[in-house]
Amino acid sequence: MSRKPLVRECPPTTWYFRQPRYMRYMSREITSIFVGAYCVLLVVGLQRLADGPTAWEGFLLALQSPASIVFQILAFVAAVYHAATWFNATQKAMPLQIGEGFVPGNLISGAHYAAWAVLSLIVLILAGVF
Amino acid sequence: MKERTVQLEVLRYNPDTDTEAHFQRYEVVCQEEWVVLDALNKVKADIDPTLNYRWSCHMAVCGSCGMMINGEPKLSCHAFLRDYEGVIRVEPLAHFPIERDLVTAPDDFMEKLKRVKPYIIPKEKKPISEGEYKQTPAQLMKFRQYSMCINCMLCYAACPQYGLTPSFIGPAALTLAHRYNQDSRDGGRAERQEVVATHEGVWECTFVGACSEVCPAHVDPASALQQMKITSSLDWIVEHLMPGGKSARDTASREDAGDIS
Ligand code: SF4
Ligand code: FES
Repeated sequence: MSRKPLVRECPPTTWYFRQPRYMRYMSREITSIFVGAYCVLLVVGLQRLADGPTAWEGFLLALQSPASIVFQILAFVAAVYHAATWFNATQKAMPLQIGEGFVPGNLISGAHYAAWAVLSLIVLILAGVF
Repeated sequence: MKERTVQLEVLRYNPDTDTEAHFQRYEVVCQEEWVVLDALNKVKADIDPTLNYRWSCHMAVCGSCGMMINGEPKLSCHAFLRDYEGVIRVEPLAHFPIERDLVTAPDDFMEKLKRVKPYIIPKEKKPISEGEYKQTPAQLMKFRQYSMCINCMLCYAACPQYGLTPSFIGPAALTLAHRYNQDSRDGGRAERQEVVATHEGVWECTFVGACSEVCPAHVDPASALQQMKITSSLDWIVEHLMPGGKSARDTASREDAGDIS
């Protein structure tokens, strides 16, 4: 008896509709577009700053347009979601063994959230928000 | 015992006569506490003896009864009928060629298992007269979870990267590499890196995480792969950014050369 195995191809463009968990994965990946776009915005801001006070004022004004505010809100939500998925992953990527046991995963992810909060606070203080 | 009539929709493929697979519907009288495998056994015994599928232990240890049940990779001996409503759709494991009906060809997985050298390569060989290689409970815990794999291949059926790029070594085989790398008696990491730290190895993984969600043995292959990405990156830093740094792979070839001379 000869073999004639049947290969069923994985649909290259629509596979992520097959499972909710694939959709969750894709949504995580898509948030990186917003994170990247916001980085570009920061670089543009730096360029404007270097161009002098008038250019900088114009940049600040542009940031206050409704479209810009909508983008910033979207980018903020995307960045928080993106960061959270990575903080949650740290417990898998960096397990900590003490003797025969492991430090609970929540503690490892929690420590990352705590460090994030502290660093954000420092940045906000340096920026003169308080 | 309560009875329940279950509708099974099973993917059939006969390599001798078919060019395509097709679904066949069976109506099976089952006991309420049965699993999908019991229902298949009932079909084979009473309705259609031509149905093909693999199983052996019926207790989630042999890893041979993996199937897609309503689109989800499952051990059919561990998929309880009470957890399903309506028609239950049973298909062979995704991403593997179908040999016949629910039987898939695992050749590719077997080949990949071999490539990661899933056995202890002793740090230093010693004669039996010197006694056993000892290990503390803490050293055992470092890899124990990753040694629980039953080779059921559910993680491959769940992994879209494997479906899209079949050359990917994949979750279970890479996890086994990690299992041996983490073993205090083993000295084979440098050799395994030649397969692990490549585009077909851990760098094909984009951390979808589906493997860990479907694994019936709670191996958590995704965690093993992320850990190997970190150690492989550290290797790269040592090799490229440290003065006089040697890569793990260099070390492997030096040792190979040493063996020959
Ligand atoms: S890692 Fe889990 S899902 Fe993958 S083959 Fe091993 S036991 Fe099965
Ligand atoms: S029959 Fe052995 S794992 Fe299901």
